[in-house]
Formats: sequence, C-alpha cells, structure tokens
Amino acid sequence: MGEENKVTLYGMWASPFVRRVKIALKIKGIPYEYVEEDLRNKSQFLLQYNPVHKKVPVLVHNGNPIAESLIILEYINETWKHGRKILPEDPFERAKVRFWADFLQQQFLDSLCSATKSREEAHEKAMKDVFKKLTVFEEGTEGFFPNGSPHFEGENLGFLDIVLCSLFGSHKVGEEALTMKIIDPERHPLVHSWVTAMNELPVVKETLPPRDKMVAFIQSLRGNSLD
Amino acid sequence: MEEVKLLGFWASPFSDRVIWVLKLKGVNYEYVEEDPYNKTQLLLQRNPVHKKVPVLIHGGKSIAESSIILEYIEETWPQNPLLPQDAYQRAMARFWIKFGEEKMATICAVFRTAGAEQEKAIEEATELLKIMEEKGLGDKKFFGGDAIGLVDIAFGWLACLYEVVEKVSAVKVLDADTFPQLHAWIQNLKVVPVIKENLPDHQKMVGHLKRRRETHLALPNCHN
Repeated sequence: MGEENKVTLYGMWASPFVRRVKIALKIKGIPYEYVEEDLRNKSQFLLQYNPVHKKVPVLVHNGNPIAESLIILEYINETWKHGRKILPEDPFERAKVRFWADFLQQQFLDSLCSATKSREEAHEKAMKDVFKKLTVFEEGTEGFFPNGSPHFEGENLGFLDIVLCSLFGSHKVGEEALTMKIIDPERHPLVHSWVTAMNELPVVKETLPPRDKMVAFIQSLRGNSLD
Repeated sequence: MEEVKLLGFWASPFSDRVIWVLKLKGVNYEYVEEDPYNKTQLLLQRNPVHKKVPVLIHGGKSIAESSIILEYIEETWPQNPLLPQDAYQRAMARFWIKFGEEKMATICAVFRTAGAEQEKAIEEATELLKIMEEKGLGDKKFFGGDAIGLVDIAFGWLACLYEVVEKVSAVKVLDADTFPQLHAWIQNLKVVPVIKENLPDHQKMVGHLKRRRETHLALPNCHN
C-alpha cells in the first residue's frame, strides 16, 4: 500500500462513534494507522482535519479528511467496492437502513448521557425514555429478520448492525458500571438477541475497549456529574 | 411507472426540498397537503415513528426524513445527478447537509427569542453562518460548484425562508456586508427556475410565521 492509499483513523479509545469506523475498516480488510487523540488536548492534526467540529472519528484517506461516523461508513462503502457491502444496493432497503441508523443516532444519545450523569428521578425518567424508544426500534425493525433471530454468517455486518453494535453492543459493561439493566431480553428480545449475535463475532470482540477501563470510565463520567 | 406521492406541508422547508428535487429530476408525483395540527390517517400510517412530513410514497413503499428521501430520489432517478460522482466530494456534500440540519434550530433561534436572548441567538447564528460561508461555500457559485446540488437544495431554506424569519423577528443576520458570498449564493439560487417557481407564497408565510412567533413568545419557558 503506497502513500497515496494511506488510511489514518483519528479516534479515542472509549468512543462508540470511532468503534463504528474500526468495525467497518476491519470488515472490509482495509489496513490503517490508528492515532489516539487526547480530547482534552487535541492534536494539531485533528484541529486541521476537522476544523468545524473538532471531534473524532476522522478518517484521512489520500490526504482527504472525512468526519462524522455515518458519513465515514458511507464513504468506506463507496470507495472500497470489493468484499462485503456495508449498505444494501437497493435504494429502498438502503433508505430503511439509513432511517433506523438515524433513529439510533438521534434518539438515544441525550437520554443515555442524561441517565449516566443523573440519579433517582432524573435517571428514571431518562431510562424510561430509552426503553420507550428501544420498543419503537424493536417494533420497526422486526421485518429485517423474517427467518427469526438475527444471525450473522462470517462477518456480514451492515450499516445498521454496526450502529446498533456501537451503541448497545457493550450494554453489559454499561450495566455493570451503572448497576442497572439496559437491554433486557424480556423487554427487548429482538435487540437483545441482535447484539448477542453480533458480540460473538471476532470483528466485534477485537474492537471492544478494555472492559475494566470502560467500566471505570463510565463511572467517572457519572461521578464527575454527581459531585 | 410506479406511482409517486408526496405528503407535505406548504410551510415546511423539508417538504420544499423534496419538491425541488423531484422537479429537477422530472419525476411526476401527486402532492398531498397535510395539516400538522390535524394529521391524516395516511400520514400516521406511513410515518408512524415520527408522524411528520415529508413522506415520499413510491410504488406503495414509504420513505421518511427529508435527507433520506433526497438520497433515495437521487439513487432511484439518476438523471440530472445532484450529488458528486467522487466519493470524497459526496462525503463533503453529506457533511454540509448534516451540518445544516443540526444547526438549523440554532440559526433560527432568533425566531423563538426576544431581548437579550435574541442578541445571543444572533451571535450564535452569525458564527454558524460564517462557518458555512468560509468552509462550505468558499468562492464557489453554489455549494455544488457551478450548478446546484443537493447541498444547495438542503440549504434552500436559508435563501428563501430565512428572510421571512428575520422580518417577523425584526432582526437582520444574513446581511450582504457580513456575508458577501452567501448573499451572492442566495441571489443565484433564487433565480433557478425550479426554486423560483416552487416557493411558498411570501405574504402567506409572513402571516404564518408572525402567528407562530407570537404563540411561541407567549409560552412560559419557551427558550430551547
């Protein structure tokens, strides 16, 4: 791989958005250099490559920087055409997948952050919101698995799978850190079986942040807000 | 040819952008006007998750969320392409479309505020518009280059609706001196026939937004 095809990913170890890109790059077998950013002390590279938002992930390919995780996934899909497709070819199937990925992206982050950083009533309220929306997601995506439970052959994760995995795949870590249930198999059987099936895959296991470090990180987010 | 139906609302910029793209592509469609305060069964059935317009119904299939609808139209009717062919340029276009959507509420916050809060809203809007002008538009005629593209269409509300927002809010944010390139872009966009011929009635929009602003300012704790 010459310099002209060089791929660099600027990220942060705990970021679910960065994890999405790592999963996609691994699925496509794309070699890349990873650069860990300290978000309290952002590098000149990050500020130069993402001057508008100054956030990770940023993918730099052939010297061109692409920001925003979902946009990076679409870029990977369109640029490396070999192997597994991340997005469906059919425009309607593609629209469905984009719709639910957008739903996951828009509807959960505020409530999950709020739940992490609050307790008692505020925490209850935030989690109620998360559960309500998980139900909407569960009902809306039922049709994606006409043959029953989600099952992944090889590592054929797609756009929506990757987004769900990055957001709720590590739910057990979140549950340990916050001592509460997030993905309950009784309440949300489809989402539970979906993330469980994905968590078996090597590509998912290999992109997991270290568990103890993650638990401590989530607890510190919570601790810092409650003090 | 499968039937195309668009559920929209005359005052919604999200509806407008779908109309513009359908017309630019020469796609025949049936338009159904929805009242957001009295939603039809059809809308609730076709967009049960968000219950909002626009919704595109093509051959019985429903697509919701305007940016997703725009990409669907682009992929289904590839004539007169509105996204660049190059993957990196496409990523840039998608970046700016997303930026516009995320920042629209902040840019329009002048509409929902008054007094000191509105002053702050003007500052924040100015900062965002500067980013759009300097980093998005630059020296180009359109965000899409020499011809309009999906980014111009997604930002169309800024060219057409925003001046009404400014008028009813009694502010001026997007002035020609502060934003010479954006101002030129607005003039260029407004004369594109499909845009020019498919704008909501100006007076009707002024009345509509005046009433909405009054209602909004009368609410306790309406700041968001």
